[in-house]
Amino acid sequence: MVEGIKDKVAIVGMGCTKFGELWDKSAEDLMVEAFKECIEDAGIEKKDIKAAWLGSCYEEINVGKTASPLSMTLKLPFIPVTRVENFCASGSEALRGAAYAVASGACDIALALGVEKLKDMGYGGLPGIPTLIGEGGARSWLIHPNTTAPGLFAMMANRYFAEYDLSPEKGKRVLAKISSKSHHNGTLNPKAHLRREVTIEQVMNAPIIAWPLGLFDCCGVSDGSAAAIVTTPDIAKSLRPDPVYVKALQIGASSGEELMYTDWDYAHVETTYRVGVRAYKEAGIKNPREEISMMETHDCFSITELTEYEDLQISPRGRAWEDVEAGFFDLDGKIPNQSDGGLKCFGHPIAASGLRMLYEMYKQLQGKAGPRQIKNPTLGLTHNMGGSPPWNEVSVVIVGL
Amino acid sequence: MVGITSYGACIPWYRISRKTIYSAMGWLNPATFLPGEKAVANWDEDSITMAVNASVDCLNEVDRNIIDGVYFGSVTLPYKERLNAGIIATVLDLRPDIKSADFAGSTKAGTAALLSACDAVKAGSAKSIMVCASDCRIGKAGSSQEEAYGDGAAAFLLSDSNVVASLEGFYSISYDFMDHWRGEYDRFDRTWEDRWAREEGYAKFIPEAIQGLAKKYDLKLKDFAKVVYPCLYTRVHAGIAKKLGLGPDQIQPHMFDTVGNTGTAYPLMMFVAALEDAKPGDKILVVSFGNGSDALFFEVTDQIENIKDKRRGVKGHLNLKQELDSYEKYAAFRNIIPIERGIRGEEVFSTQISMLWRDRRMVLALHGSKCKRCGTPQYPPQRVCVNPDCGAIDEMEDYRFSDKKGRLFTYTGDSLAFSPNPPALYGVVDFEGGGRYWFDITDCDLDSLKVGMPVEMSFRRRYLDETRGISGYFWKAVPIRVE
Repeated sequence: MVEGIKDKVAIVGMGCTKFGELWDKSAEDLMVEAFKECIEDAGIEKKDIKAAWLGSCYEEINVGKTASPLSMTLKLPFIPVTRVENFCASGSEALRGAAYAVASGACDIALALGVEKLKDMGYGGLPGIPTLIGEGGARSWLIHPNTTAPGLFAMMANRYFAEYDLSPEKGKRVLAKISSKSHHNGTLNPKAHLRREVTIEQVMNAPIIAWPLGLFDCCGVSDGSAAAIVTTPDIAKSLRPDPVYVKALQIGASSGEELMYTDWDYAHVETTYRVGVRAYKEAGIKNPREEISMMETHDCFSITELTEYEDLQISPRGRAWEDVEAGFFDLDGKIPNQSDGGLKCFGHPIAASGLRMLYEMYKQLQGKAGPRQIKNPTLGLTHNMGGSPPWNEVSVVIVGL
Repeated sequence: MVGITSYGACIPWYRISRKTIYSAMGWLNPATFLPGEKAVANWDEDSITMAVNASVDCLNEVDRNIIDGVYFGSVTLPYKERLNAGIIATVLDLRPDIKSADFAGSTKAGTAALLSACDAVKAGSAKSIMVCASDCRIGKAGSSQEEAYGDGAAAFLLSDSNVVASLEGFYSISYDFMDHWRGEYDRFDRTWEDRWAREEGYAKFIPEAIQGLAKKYDLKLKDFAKVVYPCLYTRVHAGIAKKLGLGPDQIQPHMFDTVGNTGTAYPLMMFVAALEDAKPGDKILVVSFGNGSDALFFEVTDQIENIKDKRRGVKGHLNLKQELDSYEKYAAFRNIIPIERGIRGEEVFSTQISMLWRDRRMVLALHGSKCKRCGTPQYPPQRVCVNPDCGAIDEMEDYRFSDKKGRLFTYTGDSLAFSPNPPALYGVVDFEGGGRYWFDITDCDLDSLKVGMPVEMSFRRRYLDETRGISGYFWKAVPIRVE
């Protein structure tokens, strides 16, 4: 019986750049910065790395196709390097490649690096046409509505409100609490892009981007990079006293039934639920609400975060808003979410986000999160969701000591 | 007996008061003021989309496989070369072994198409032909054309059985009369002196055609229940009736102050309105104007009662309207003034023509597939059934969604996406009978949208790629409104 990779792979080094509108930095600069911090943290030399995975999504904006942007920038000496792309799960997908290589015994030390430089497009939000074409190929251009990411998730908010009978006023207030909480955490993090408090009233009164989502219900778009070095438990123990172990690493993609069949409610993300179930099984977690210490879930929009609490079985269906209102996910709550500020404050350089989330869980588990430090965490969960509620790719990674 | 077996019409949702136009542009030429309002195509409509939507109205409960041809009359054809009628035939999901032709060059192209269709049916070379006429004309800012021109379409099905109005005769005149024209490189009409066009053209040709027809068939004008002819000038329109000795009840209302001069479609839209009120036995005279005139003489049969309430027609569209209270918005919709689209809005993907050809039924006819094993309709067409409990491979049959109604499962109004009429509205539609997909939503405001509201599909121009000369079409959802 296949049992998964629990405790077969350890993270021994991580790096993460400051995220933001980094007008003076290229994708190469960001890769070097993340890698430099990562390899110094791991205490190894470049020649020790036997294979590498590069995650980048909008390669046409900056990075370029294939793995050579990574190998040539870091001067990796002719080792196997692979570029992966799975929308917002691209960074976690790179980690998956590296972790599976180590778990399989194919190599003993591997690098995963995600980078995205989005702020060279000339307009706000995610790239328009490349996103559209990315979702369904050029065929999409012929039949796809005129969507942007905020609108695709706003449709989930309208469905959620209708499904669970929340008035728009009530619903927007719950969503505002989610964003306001993350903004608070972001003020404590020097690597975050946005570092200021935003009140619930400010969130609720912000200009509408796509009804019912306003400006502060949406995460920003930024540039950034993050990296991880993974190895076997034995090597990890020889390198440092506090390696972080991979407890579960699961990926899933939509089956098409959400968009084309009429059963799905557009008030949750089915892939997140299914991937969560598999991840908990791999990690041996029976009761996530009691066992998970902290999370970094994919908060591209406030509504995404709200539904994730239910899909990841932290909150009962239709009742995550109660936990939000009770402060369950605040920094001093039972399961803090977005302790680093989340996508909300980091922005979302697509392929860097998954590893950026992991970086926070890694630092928290090692007790190095400074003013954001959560008390004695044992299990951290990261979650990415790329695409849109009916059409997506999801990753869940669970790490622990 | 050859004649009309069905009719349909399309009048765009937006109307602009001529006062709105005049208050914006009247300073230029105070003499342009006209009364009433006119119909304005939405930014995503053109003569093809309106012709399609009129044709869909006309084809309600009609088996589309009986149609042997499509004739399309318009002086605002979106394509100079690429058969516009061929696009319409594909969109309407008609058989490929049909005749198709564009009729253009003059605003009598609609009646010309109608006469040609009748000739073909009469000659036995076709059993049934779809004729549509549509126009979306623009005038220069501050011109009298800008005040007069309205947008709309009419459609007819012609056949030799189940005729609701039989073509009993016609009389045509053709003159190279240049009251207005557009050269190869002109975007706007050029005109000769208005007084000359009015007195020597409009006021003469229509009576000449009518009198010619009466003489040819030895008819008396008092025998006609309705006489239909376009209105280019309200006073002269009344003057023609007076000159011909028509009684007030015989004059078909001209809709100049509600819809405007819809060019090729104009006399045919008025004809649809006449049929909506017609009784069996009524004789109706339909007259066009443009480089001459065609006069067509129809007689209504008792079959008319079978279709009367099953068409939206002119009546069903007239009161479904939204005032467009900004001239600037009107001018932006018609691309008369360039607007800031932003870099996101300027991105237009190159249409892959060979792909469009391969997927033409999916894109233009809104064809999906239906699983023969579990009966699930699905869009776009799938080879592996999307029903998670089925999953059958290659057991699909074609399934058309364009004529299915649905419910709005969810929606939003998106201010980040570029739209000439922001916010961009879109949502997920669950179709009656099964099937779900997401679509742009048009002809409504964000505030009017509700989860669960009924919607229908409307054919629209989704994008205009001016660099490559492409008008890209697809279907959008529109809330179903009841008058």
